Amino acid sequence: MSGPDLPEIPDAVDRPRVGVDEWVERVAGSEAGWQGALRARLERIPVWAKLPVLVVPIALFPLFTSSDYLMQVGIDTLVFMLLALGLNIAVGWAGLLDLGYIAFFGFGAYGYAMLASDHFGVHWQTQWVIPVVVAATVLLGFLVGLPSRRLLGDYLAIVTLFFLQLFLTILLNADRLNVPFHEGEVNFTRGPNGISDLDPMRLFGWRLESLDEYFYFALGAFAIVFVGLAFVNNSRTGRAWRALREDPLAAELMSMPVNRLKLLAFAFGAGVAGLTGTILAASQSAVFPVNFDLTLLITLYAMVILGGFGSLPGVAIGAIAINVSLEALRTPEDASWIFFGLLVLTLPFVIKPLWRWAAVFIGTIVFGFVVHVLADAFWERGTSANVVGETWIDRFVDSWVLLPADPVELGRVAYLVLVAGVLALTLLRGWWRTITYIPVLYLAVCVWENVMVVQPAVSRYILIGAMLVSLMAARPQGLFGTARVEIV
Amino acid sequence: MSSEPAVKLLELTRLSKAFGGLQVIDDLDLHVDEGEIVSVIGPNGAGKTTLFNLITGVYRPDAGEITFEGRSLLGIEPHEITRRGVARTFQTLRLFLNMTVKENVMAAAYGHTKAGVLRSILRTPGMRREEREIAELAETRLAFFGQRLMGYRWNQPAYSLSYANRRRLEIARATATGARILLLDEPAAGMNPKETHEITELIAKLRTDGGYTILVIEHDMHVVEGISDRVIALDHGVKIAEGSFVSVATDPRVVEAYLGTKAATTK
Repeated sequence: MSGPDLPEIPDAVDRPRVGVDEWVERVAGSEAGWQGALRARLERIPVWAKLPVLVVPIALFPLFTSSDYLMQVGIDTLVFMLLALGLNIAVGWAGLLDLGYIAFFGFGAYGYAMLASDHFGVHWQTQWVIPVVVAATVLLGFLVGLPSRRLLGDYLAIVTLFFLQLFLTILLNADRLNVPFHEGEVNFTRGPNGISDLDPMRLFGWRLESLDEYFYFALGAFAIVFVGLAFVNNSRTGRAWRALREDPLAAELMSMPVNRLKLLAFAFGAGVAGLTGTILAASQSAVFPVNFDLTLLITLYAMVILGGFGSLPGVAIGAIAINVSLEALRTPEDASWIFFGLLVLTLPFVIKPLWRWAAVFIGTIVFGFVVHVLADAFWERGTSANVVGETWIDRFVDSWVLLPADPVELGRVAYLVLVAGVLALTLLRGWWRTITYIPVLYLAVCVWENVMVVQPAVSRYILIGAMLVSLMAARPQGLFGTARVEIV
Repeated sequence: MSSEPAVKLLELTRLSKAFGGLQVIDDLDLHVDEGEIVSVIGPNGAGKTTLFNLITGVYRPDAGEITFEGRSLLGIEPHEITRRGVARTFQTLRLFLNMTVKENVMAAAYGHTKAGVLRSILRTPGMRREEREIAELAETRLAFFGQRLMGYRWNQPAYSLSYANRRRLEIARATATGARILLLDEPAAGMNPKETHEITELIAKLRTDGGYTILVIEHDMHVVEGISDRVIALDHGVKIAEGSFVSVATDPRVVEAYLGTKAATTK
């Protein structure tokens, strides 16, 4: 390109960079110093090479526990991690809001149950069950995708949600089917009772007996799916999926067959869910319709949103974080750790700048002691109860939080006041906001210690919800997601 | 142009399209010869972008025929039309905003590459070779614009680009489809005079160095004058003038379409 009056190159290296855009400035800033060097080095490592960082600690987990309960939690967590990977294909990459995903998971699980149990008297070896079930789930994904492929956004979500409800209805009611050319009724799914006493997995003669073996089998499946998906993400198909998420019309006009790619994303995600279903079915040796309800779908979406759509390690870590938290929140001591840990970790992201956070932090502690001293002097009943546990947190809380003798009555009032306080926080700005934080945080701790910690079944979902809300406020793209721009 | 008989690369015969009662393209005949640069001008609402949408398969014509390299393009899906060699840019930029500059161009190589999902999972040698070829293709296409889309810009998300660079990236992306003819929809819109001048040179270079045939919609008459072998003026979906820039620009019907009857008579 030559010519007398061509413009100069704006960003040439040997010239001062006048008018460089914001992005360049930010990147140049983040590349400076040892942190920048470290980040650059980390970014050069391909995704599949980072996998051991995730997998090795998980693989060591069974060595530290002999509890069957904990192993079952471990397997459940791996099942969620696999599901999150599969959901990420349709939702995170191709941008198709698939709310029927759990149905494919259930289809896989029931597929295993029917091909390896006394229910129909079929006892296939697992190395045959898995390919057949995965292929069938892929086909089902394809069939669900066919009528849905011209639907966009919310409409697709509604149709797929309908499909999930349809699937659940069939599971619950297909226990007395009238089949043509067959005498009497066929019990196809055993309805709400589910199918139990499934065969353990048998791979080429190797029987999976213990929970440890299922754990490692699930971990192996996770590693394989993870690497496979990381490869697909960096292929022409992966790029085409992301292109279609960004702009379907432009993708179509840039030679990408959009309809076929949507079907592929649907079917591929369904296949991963089907595989996961077989693992769930075999590891708990039974399948029930309640395994595949809306709660599971919402929990799974929470995991993927927390980790960050589009990032493979992100969605897996999101699955670990939520499932482990949900389990830990069942016992009051662990729940307290999570509650206070979250408060300490998330507040610096929510209250900025840092000195304002420090003011709130110190202010809240001082406020608590003042309230406690005043209550000791004037309202003895207000501090007469004791905290259950004996850790240093509990002792600190004991001398800091109001613990009335009849916590439930007061707790209800405090809960309502807390909700009002949080709402007020969202309306206030500047110093008023900083000051309001102090009583609201104190009240939150009071409500937690008096009411919620003794009712873990209810409070854990509230806490997870609060965790998601505060995270979304600080990082809308999730922990490991990349911030996306919709319209510029 | 050379003295050999011109080969018609793209040909539209008696093409018509109506939206409800509004006739947007009316009985239009148009052709673009191999190696030619043809400009389409006309006031707003003349049917220029609709013409592009008809050629690329976004809309189906009510009547008429579109052929490319002698084969009909009617009833073929847009991605297949692009794969055969007709690529376009958009007047209202439609980049894949959250993908990097390089990925935008690499994605457009989909039509003429083959590796399926299974080969990608297994990362076969053939698939890896193809990936390298796609990356090289993207790099050469981006190098077409001098230093503007090179170096650190490769890994920058498309949304962080300036307006002019987005227009350039759209052109780079269109060329990566392996097209023979480029349909450029207002490539100089929103550019300053220097950038406009540069895009004029670039379009000429796309033909000489890239070997592309080009059909371009443009409002900037300096650009049209600088690049066109032939100019076609549209008004209300009808071709009102065709020929060299000077003959079309001075045609009374064109002046009337742009400025009104009075201006045409006093000219």
